[in-house]
Amino acid sequence: MEGAVLAIENLSAGFDGKDVVKNVSLSIPANQVTAVMGPSGCGKTTFLRCINRMHELADNAHVTGTVLLDEEDVYRMNPILVRRRIGMVFQRPNPFPTMSIYDNAIAGYSLNGTRMGKPERDRIVEETLRRVTLWEEVKDNLYRRGTFLSGGQQQRLCIARALAMKPEILLLDEPTSALDPKATAAIEELIAQLKGTVTIVQVTHNIPQAARISDFTAFIHLGELVEFGQTGRLFTVPKDKRTEEYLSGKFG
Amino acid sequence: MREASLGSRLRGDKAFKAGMLALSLVATLPLAFILGFIMVRGASSINWRFLTALPAPVGEAGGGIANALVGTVLLILIGSLISIPLGVIAGIFLAERGRTRLGSVTRLAVETLMGIPSIVLGIVAYIWVVRPLKGFSAFSGGIALAMIMLPVITLTTEETLLLIPVSLREAALALGVSYPRTILRVVLPAGLSGILTGVLLAVARGVGESAPLLFTAFGNPFLSVSILKPVASLPLTIFNYATSPYPEWHALAWGASFVLLVFVLALNLVTKLVSSKWKVQF
Repeated sequence: MEGAVLAIENLSAGFDGKDVVKNVSLSIPANQVTAVMGPSGCGKTTFLRCINRMHELADNAHVTGTVLLDEEDVYRMNPILVRRRIGMVFQRPNPFPTMSIYDNAIAGYSLNGTRMGKPERDRIVEETLRRVTLWEEVKDNLYRRGTFLSGGQQQRLCIARALAMKPEILLLDEPTSALDPKATAAIEELIAQLKGTVTIVQVTHNIPQAARISDFTAFIHLGELVEFGQTGRLFTVPKDKRTEEYLSGKFG
Repeated sequence: MREASLGSRLRGDKAFKAGMLALSLVATLPLAFILGFIMVRGASSINWRFLTALPAPVGEAGGGIANALVGTVLLILIGSLISIPLGVIAGIFLAERGRTRLGSVTRLAVETLMGIPSIVLGIVAYIWVVRPLKGFSAFSGGIALAMIMLPVITLTTEETLLLIPVSLREAALALGVSYPRTILRVVLPAGLSGILTGVLLAVARGVGESAPLLFTAFGNPFLSVSILKPVASLPLTIFNYATSPYPEWHALAWGASFVLLVFVLALNLVTKLVSSKWKVQF
């Protein structure tokens, strides 16, 4: 595919010798939003965690296949460098509880031991918090604990924390599933704004959300990639019968 | 089947609550008696001289426990310097790799160490340290106390770290933070209050030990801050004075008991404060 930053080839992964993701091949287009949807337990989260090599941290996990980031196999790179280039946001907001909002935003640098002057840090914190539309809400409380924020604000802080590292790709693992509708709307709006500057891959089991936010959609069922294509096309004229059944609520 | 009337159920409820209250009062009675008894007998010996003077020879009035206070601080310091780093590192290992074979062997060893009577640990310290160094010393007493404190610190560290959610370490790892840095900069700070609680509990336990010090620190009627010489400690002083035939020494033993009690109580209060104030919310 033209302009793909991430090419996944024959990816299989799972636990205890059993595959949860089965031979998935997929090219993620640059600076677009790609939704990965499917029923619970279909392997979409495992698929996502293979991209930044988080999957292998689990006990008895295995992965085969290749994931090419700018034509470089991430499984031949140092996982630490992979994770700096591919950011991730999790289902439940997980700001560092011992750190202030400011320290959370800059955590990617400080925890990695990157030294920089205060003006430089201030600039990165303000820039990334503005990028996730959190700056106006927190600028007077930057030194309060990140855990004092509401769930939606915490999640935007987590997105900021990932964006601060200037990743090429941002992986979102059902980032709104623990949030109320208003906070969800704010995150969706944010995703729309971020599009064009960073490649986003979002896992969701929320079909309308996939339709609203994404340019491309991948439908995974029982660990297999059933269908992948432009969201508008996939939702209106699905090629596979299973996609059609899933979209019309026959299962999942 | 006949249902009990509302009235009898309410009466049963009241009786149960009253029973619980009575039993918990009974459970606190021994502590209240001990506290009261030691306060009454010991508080009268406490004055500035008692805390700052050395023991007086038999027959002379006055005398204090300065040597025992300094000795206890020295012993706890040595014990802590050895047991805190070892205990925290072992606790991290158990939390991270506890399911491996080495992990379960380590846990078994630590739990066994916890159950070994302290006097046996004193004998071990005697054989390991006192005999090779050819003499009783604060150092050997510190080693004995370290063996008593180590399992407390290790197990509380492990428990604390296991309670820290996986999502926290994933957050750090997903930012490209290395594993050692994730543990040291993210996981450990989040568990700091729990680890500190364990350390304070271990100190509270070590400070009251007398048996393992009998043939390690040995006791010393003079002020000593050398780690290679025998030192006094509060429990040893209490033991020596209380078993003596002189009534004025008995009074000193009560006074020393009072000081030890106040110290342990204060430590427990600080522990409570630390664990509630520094508690990290996830």
